[in-house]
Amino acid sequence: MKKRHWYDYLWIWSIIYFALGFFNILFAWLGLIDFLVPIIIAIFGGNKFFCNNLCGRGQLFSKLGTDCKCSRMKKAPKWLSSKWFRYGFMIFFLTMFVNMVFNTYLVAEGASSLKEVITLLWTIKVPWGWTYQQGVVYDWIAQFSFGFYSLMLTSAIIGLIVMIFYKPRTWCSFCPMGTMTQAICKIKAHKEIKK
Amino acid sequence: MLSKRYAYADSGRCVSCGVCTKVCPMNAISIFKGCFAVVKEELCIGCGKCQKICPAACITIKERGAL
Ligand code: SF4
Ligand code: SF4
Ligand code: SF4
Repeated sequence: MKKRHWYDYLWIWSIIYFALGFFNILFAWLGLIDFLVPIIIAIFGGNKFFCNNLCGRGQLFSKLGTDCKCSRMKKAPKWLSSKWFRYGFMIFFLTMFVNMVFNTYLVAEGASSLKEVITLLWTIKVPWGWTYQQGVVYDWIAQFSFGFYSLMLTSAIIGLIVMIFYKPRTWCSFCPMGTMTQAICKIKAHKEIKK
Repeated sequence: MLSKRYAYADSGRCVSCGVCTKVCPMNAISIFKGCFAVVKEELCIGCGKCQKICPAACITIKERGAL
């Protein structure tokens, strides 16, 4: 049995995050931590300590997939972890992220109005109005919350599906954050790898 | 004595997720600067746990040649 660290329990954070967004959407902003910390660690530390040890989502997939046996443990198709798919998916994801920020901007400028919905898989709209009372904060702050929570939930759903069908951490083989941080590390370690 | 088999990670396909480092009973795998997994062959006992869990299927278990 390996020594347990405090950060081995961060999978709980992942559950808390989604639960909080069920009651008050403004908590969605906390998800930015999971966006910024890995990038900061990759840029300044030159490693994937986040993915390797801290990521609550990855741990949750391991918990459910390995410990709770919710994964078929089958090999995923090779293209799923191929470079073109990984980078393609990352670009798609980032485009959707920029699109979401742009929608936030439109609301801030008053060009469009706040929509209290969660969009799953970029298509399915789910009313989510009970988590927010209009006027509590600026509309754009709430709009960003709904948009960001949508992205988080969408990626979690995709992750859970591939966890069930393939290996527990199959999501990690094409997770945009994982791809991005690995790319940063590779650029940083460029000289040493060449040797 | 060295085991008959050992694990080899393909650095070109590895996504450096680090799951293999978590399951290895010998702590024989580490992630080189966030880029890819590296197996310390002399520590590896060839149990295959890392191969089984790797989401990118980039680990192969190889025979150690007769030395
Ligand atoms: S690849 Fe993504 S989900 Fe997996 S550990 Fe890294 S950040 Fe978390
Ligand atoms: S085969 Fe077993 S001992 Fe060798 S690196 Fe993989 S998990 Fe570790
Ligand atoms: S589990 Fe596979 S993809 Fe992940 S770090 Fe280990 S060798 Fe690389």
